[in-house]
Amino acid sequence: MKSVWDWILDHQLALAIVKAIVWILPIFVVMPLTIWLERRLLGWMQDRLGPNRVGPFGLLQPVADGAKLFFKEEILPKGIDLLSYILAPAIMLIPPLTIGAVVPFAAPNSPLAILTPVSDINVGVLYVMAMSSIGAYGLVLAGYSGNNKYSLMGGLRASAQLISYELAMGTSIACVAMAVGTLKVSSIVSAQQTSFYGIPNVWIHNWTIFSPFGFLAFVIFLICMVAETNRPPFDLPEAENELVAGYHTEYSSMKFASFYMGEYLGMLVFGTVLASLFLGGYDFLPIDWKMMALHNSGTAPFANFMERITIDFGPVFLLAKAVGLVVFYIWIRATLPRLRYDQLMNLGWKVLLPAATGNLILISAWIVTTTQYGVGAGWGLVFAVFVIAAIVVTLYRRQKKQTSPQFEARTIRMVQLKPHVEEAVDQGSDPTNAEVVPS
Amino acid sequence: MNLLVFAVLASAAVLAALGVILSKSAIRSALSLVLNFMLLAILYFTLHSETLGVLQVVVYTGAIMVLFLFVIMLLSTQGNINLTESRDVKKIVGGLAGISLAALIGVQIYLPLASVPAPQFHAPQPIGPSYGAPEPLGLALFTRYGYPFETVSLLLMIGIVGSIMLAKRRVR
Repeated sequence: MKSVWDWILDHQLALAIVKAIVWILPIFVVMPLTIWLERRLLGWMQDRLGPNRVGPFGLLQPVADGAKLFFKEEILPKGIDLLSYILAPAIMLIPPLTIGAVVPFAAPNSPLAILTPVSDINVGVLYVMAMSSIGAYGLVLAGYSGNNKYSLMGGLRASAQLISYELAMGTSIACVAMAVGTLKVSSIVSAQQTSFYGIPNVWIHNWTIFSPFGFLAFVIFLICMVAETNRPPFDLPEAENELVAGYHTEYSSMKFASFYMGEYLGMLVFGTVLASLFLGGYDFLPIDWKMMALHNSGTAPFANFMERITIDFGPVFLLAKAVGLVVFYIWIRATLPRLRYDQLMNLGWKVLLPAATGNLILISAWIVTTTQYGVGAGWGLVFAVFVIAAIVVTLYRRQKKQTSPQFEARTIRMVQLKPHVEEAVDQGSDPTNAEVVPS
Repeated sequence: MNLLVFAVLASAAVLAALGVILSKSAIRSALSLVLNFMLLAILYFTLHSETLGVLQVVVYTGAIMVLFLFVIMLLSTQGNINLTESRDVKKIVGGLAGISLAALIGVQIYLPLASVPAPQFHAPQPIGPSYGAPEPLGLALFTRYGYPFETVSLLLMIGIVGSIMLAKRRVR
């Protein structure tokens, strides 16, 4: 007798739909929790309470907010470009809902393996880049359609920012793809389950973040990810003290809610992408439990138990990593002030992009030397590069010290009032002819 | 079924392309071009060349068109600017020139196409797993077409340097 499940397995389209639902639903369940988490954590970091009235610990606050937004009046301002006004919030939801298609959430030997990833295309990483770049249209169109100066400026800033940071992000992804030798996300994840640095019989997994190149790529990717999701300190498109609310100034009710939702979904989904590329994906800890049990028979029961858990609860660990990254986002938001526009551009073009490109060149040089001349030559190369970099930096500093003009330390010009005016001020009367004498 | 998918996608792409030249606001034109590029990418996907399709989205839809929109929004903050022109002799002359150019190119394209046999519909060939994968593309680019590839990158570099020269020139 054929069950429904067999029928689904026989039909590709049905299986794809089930896979997509299985991927999207948990993200939608966790999303309100992250909103609650952000508000509570921000409250805690800023020494206030945060929402604590609706439900236990305020847990139902996102639900209440959602209901409120749902029943709010839908305001269509005058003079808008209706088509793009309606399209923009929908486009904002495209990247978070589509990027996950290439991210695997369970190990190939787990019972959930058949459900993941939704589509294991061999250009997976490029697909992530492509879909995340589509999100820019949401911001740009929202800014343009609102018929509002501030919206427009938000849209302009968004397009410039997203394009600038996409480059560094793509380059840092290219580093990972080059080191692993594939663009498939599932292969990148499974390459991180091998032993540490390729040394045999070590029970540590080779997560990308453990290699120096991988760590640099990770840092660059993390910064670019914050910029791509328009989170503080990169939230210039919606800088509320300059642009009211930036690109979504003219939106209300559920259209605003979809911007809001898109932001949090995007954070979570980008978190899963980052976890898959750098943090071992669905792997719980970077430990090969089987190898550990072999090495030390005393730990065997514990190791076997952990092995079972790691395989069976892969999706939970992936989501947990994503939520951990969201916590990191919130932490940055509470810590750092917003960047100025020129700082943003300088960081993107003059720091992150050269760093990522240098990293890429180094990785390719490492790969070529190790495959041609062995690992020893690779380490020799690293040493040589380090020495050359040190010399260049020293020379550059010396040069800069000699050529840069010696500015005088700028002094603060104190302002001194005439004695009789000061007296008048002290006595509280009106100093009508208060002249200011620079000292 | 395949023909139906192709017909829908291709006609939508043609409509989007028409929208680029027929719509009156610059933003709408740019958005039609975006739609056209997306549909082209989907057409590539239906031909199993995933790399080409994704690169189409990354490069054209994701980067170039966003820059286009950026420039258009920067220049025309008043919203819809009327792009229609008044009647002019130049229109007629330009139309004639355009038709003759189209005829010239059309003859060039038609003659080779006429010798191509009509497509035979038979069972689709099974394609290998590496078809449309990035590896063969990269190998071809870096071995067989290495010289033109590097030349093009040099050309682009010159273009970038030149545009910076033009943009940074001090007005005296």
